[in-house]
Amino acid sequence: MKPAPFAYARATTLAEVFDVLETHGDAARLLAGGQSLIAALNLRLASPSLLLDINGVAALRGVTFADGLLRIGALTRHAELGADPLVAQHAPLLAQAVPHIAHAAIRSRGSIGGSLALADPAAELPACALALEAVLVLASRGGERRVAAADFFPGLYQTALRGDEVLAAVEIPSRAGAACTLQELARRHGDYAIVGLAAQRLGQGVRLAWFGVGPTPLRTPRAEAAFAAGDVAGAQAALAGELDPPEDLHGPPALRLHLARVLLGRAAAALKGH
Amino acid sequence: MKLDVSLTVNGEAVSARIEPRQHLVDFLREVLDLTGSHAGCEHGVCGACSLIVNGEMVRGCLMLAVQAEGAEVWTVEGLTETGAIAALQDAFVARNALQCGFCTPGMLVAAATLLKANPHPTREEIREGISGNYCRCTGYHAIVDAIEQAARA
Repeated sequence: MKPAPFAYARATTLAEVFDVLETHGDAARLLAGGQSLIAALNLRLASPSLLLDINGVAALRGVTFADGLLRIGALTRHAELGADPLVAQHAPLLAQAVPHIAHAAIRSRGSIGGSLALADPAAELPACALALEAVLVLASRGGERRVAAADFFPGLYQTALRGDEVLAAVEIPSRAGAACTLQELARRHGDYAIVGLAAQRLGQGVRLAWFGVGPTPLRTPRAEAAFAAGDVAGAQAALAGELDPPEDLHGPPALRLHLARVLLGRAAAALKGH
Repeated sequence: MKLDVSLTVNGEAVSARIEPRQHLVDFLREVLDLTGSHAGCEHGVCGACSLIVNGEMVRGCLMLAVQAEGAEVWTVEGLTETGAIAALQDAFVARNALQCGFCTPGMLVAAATLLKANPHPTREEIREGISGNYCRCTGYHAIVDAIEQAARA
């Protein structure tokens, strides 16, 4: 379908973004990569009166590394994320996730900020943010505040973003040299995951962040403890008490739980080989 | 609301005054009469509207024409005229890689994008490269054959 009519404006500074958010509130939507928003407009699931294109806001671009912290601008495209040497060095989990995100034509426009702000529970990057213990930088007229990924996804398609804020960047302490793996099962390459797992070693521990199995990306602490202790079977068994997957067209909850155990086994093999 | 937009399409400068809600693929088809790119699902799933914008493949239904301000756009028409996809087109004919042809312009754009990044892909890599493009006729085998043949040519 075609979108309902809307007005369109381009911002080049964050101040212009804040102006629009203050003036128009919920009636305005920020357009980043647009790979979910424009689809939603086409389906008329969203009908803002104003679309503010933020692709020209330089403050939202770029990948930098300083003082042990990797900072990824919100407008960084998936394709850029997959090709960036700093990302490959300090957050290789993100680079591993990129080939799983949709298809090449989507990855050339879709952005990390857009993916996190949409908070699709079956998407790769929110789970990666959780596994990496990333911190999200939220900018508003009053300045920046930082929210841990663990606190950013309160519910289905919900985030900690306030109406006057824009997601500016993602900060990740360097994970250079720490083993990680992204495992995913989808019906077709590039489809949303039936079950997905982002696993990141941190010190003696491991972070297991799941996607496609609940209303938000989520971690499984008991499985993490068993996994970190080398008890993969114990970790697989613990998932039954920690995951409560929904029933949908892919199959019943028991199928997803089984597939989650399969992915955990694959993750163990991948991390062992690191 | 209408906005002025200026861009380059298949090497030619074009300007128009359009509604912001118009997709890039609809702008090409309806305003410029370049009907090679097809609008299929219109929500970014089928790949029939695949285009090259500033050197990268995009979905023509997930980009607004006003967002292409200043951009360099190539469609299947331009890629045909320059000969950029001639080997692929010959191989598609030789291997019967189309029936109804609706998906073919998008398939050619996806295949050209794949071969540019990876001139000698495996069959598995070819399947991955066209995973964002639906074909409801061929079952894909002949398309994979054709892309493989073009890569060897």
